[in-house]
Amino acid sequence: MPLFNSYKVIYLTFFICLVAAIFPLPIIFNAFRPEWMVLVLFYWVIALPHRVNIGHAFILGLLLDLLLGSILGMHALLFALLAYFTSVNFQRIRNFTLVQTTLLVGLFVFLSKITLYWIASSMQEIVLHRHYFWSIFTSMLVWPWFFLFMRYLRIRFKVI
Amino acid sequence: MKTIFTRGPSYTLRLSIVIACCVALLVADSQFKLFSSARVYLNSLVSPIQYVADAPQRVFSALSENLMTRKALLERNQKFEKENLHLKADRLLLGQLQSENKQLRELLNSKRQFKYKRMITEVMSLRSDPFTHQLLIDKGAVDGVYLGQPVINDQGVVGQISQVGSTTSRVVLIVDASHGIPVRVQRNDAVAIVHGSGAWDKLNVPFVQSNADIKEGDLLMTSGLGGRFPAGYPVARISRFQYQEGELYANVTATPVADLDRSRYLLLLWNDDPLAGADLTLDSPELIDAPVQ
Repeated sequence: MPLFNSYKVIYLTFFICLVAAIFPLPIIFNAFRPEWMVLVLFYWVIALPHRVNIGHAFILGLLLDLLLGSILGMHALLFALLAYFTSVNFQRIRNFTLVQTTLLVGLFVFLSKITLYWIASSMQEIVLHRHYFWSIFTSMLVWPWFFLFMRYLRIRFKVI
Repeated sequence: MKTIFTRGPSYTLRLSIVIACCVALLVADSQFKLFSSARVYLNSLVSPIQYVADAPQRVFSALSENLMTRKALLERNQKFEKENLHLKADRLLLGQLQSENKQLRELLNSKRQFKYKRMITEVMSLRSDPFTHQLLIDKGAVDGVYLGQPVINDQGVVGQISQVGSTTSRVVLIVDASHGIPVRVQRNDAVAIVHGSGAWDKLNVPFVQSNADIKEGDLLMTSGLGGRFPAGYPVARISRFQYQEGELYANVTATPVADLDRSRYLLLLWNDDPLAGADLTLDSPELIDAPVQ
């Protein structure tokens, strides 16, 4: 059952990243939390675009919306857009070096933060905090190690 | 099997469908609040993830409770016993004041009932939406929690319930930018409305006249006018009162009296039928306008 096996691993990583996205941290570190969901989606869409794509991104976004208590569809829309741009260009991105993908991750997280802010501010009254953009840097810091670890997982468990 | 060609509908078509769904969801949820009842089931769908994320902290706090030394426990016990004694002594007086208040109210012919139903709940300190101020608590529709229910802690008003799940709910705090609460000044019963500012320790008091009798340090209590919060709970303390000549209203800010980001246990209050105890005859104009004999 290679199909079942690969989806088992993929869904397990999704679950862990959802938990990491809401895991309780002290308030000071909260703004520095890497955007785990963006990272994990980005990785799987590059690695296996025929397995994880816009549909998965939509469902995960909805789950994250429910977990965070934000307006339904905010993260879903954002993740679907990210998955679309990644899957259209996945062959080009696969040939990037690690430094280039890190920069790309930074760009993606930055755009996602801007989009989230834009959607939220058009729907309700909100306030932007100074620390809001710090997670771009932590996401970029985490990405190379995350990428290598995920590649190890993918090869080790023969996810295809 | 890997192919360089996509199977099923093309990416663009999929994206268009998903975007249409998302926009419909966004509008339905934020403008028309169509999901407020469905959220009970949707939230219970994701609550396993929340319990898993909350578990390490729960285990850790249980462990640290277990590993307390005998001396620390004894000290704590002693402290609580003293506190309990003081509270009980206050309660003796409270019972007497209560009956006296009831008698006075009977003389005035205006009965007001106090509801005592309340429930202790624990905060699950998970991350919430970065743009709003929310807390997740471990009580839900199963325990009788309802939308708009007032939430307090031992210091004052914390917020109200904004989303109900079957076993968890969300509290929107009074400092959230979308939250407003009717208050009165404890010193002179001047009424006002307190709006959240979006910062953790600041509240705005809009539409205050320049000559209003409000000073820095005044305590604001819930007035009970909105019918949502019961009257008489402390909300905030005025931190700044400033009037610029020529402006329409004074610039007034307040700080919440409750430690919103540090409280671990909260109290849910049941405030059903808030106008049941109100004496509506006082409001009827013919009685007031009638000439005094």
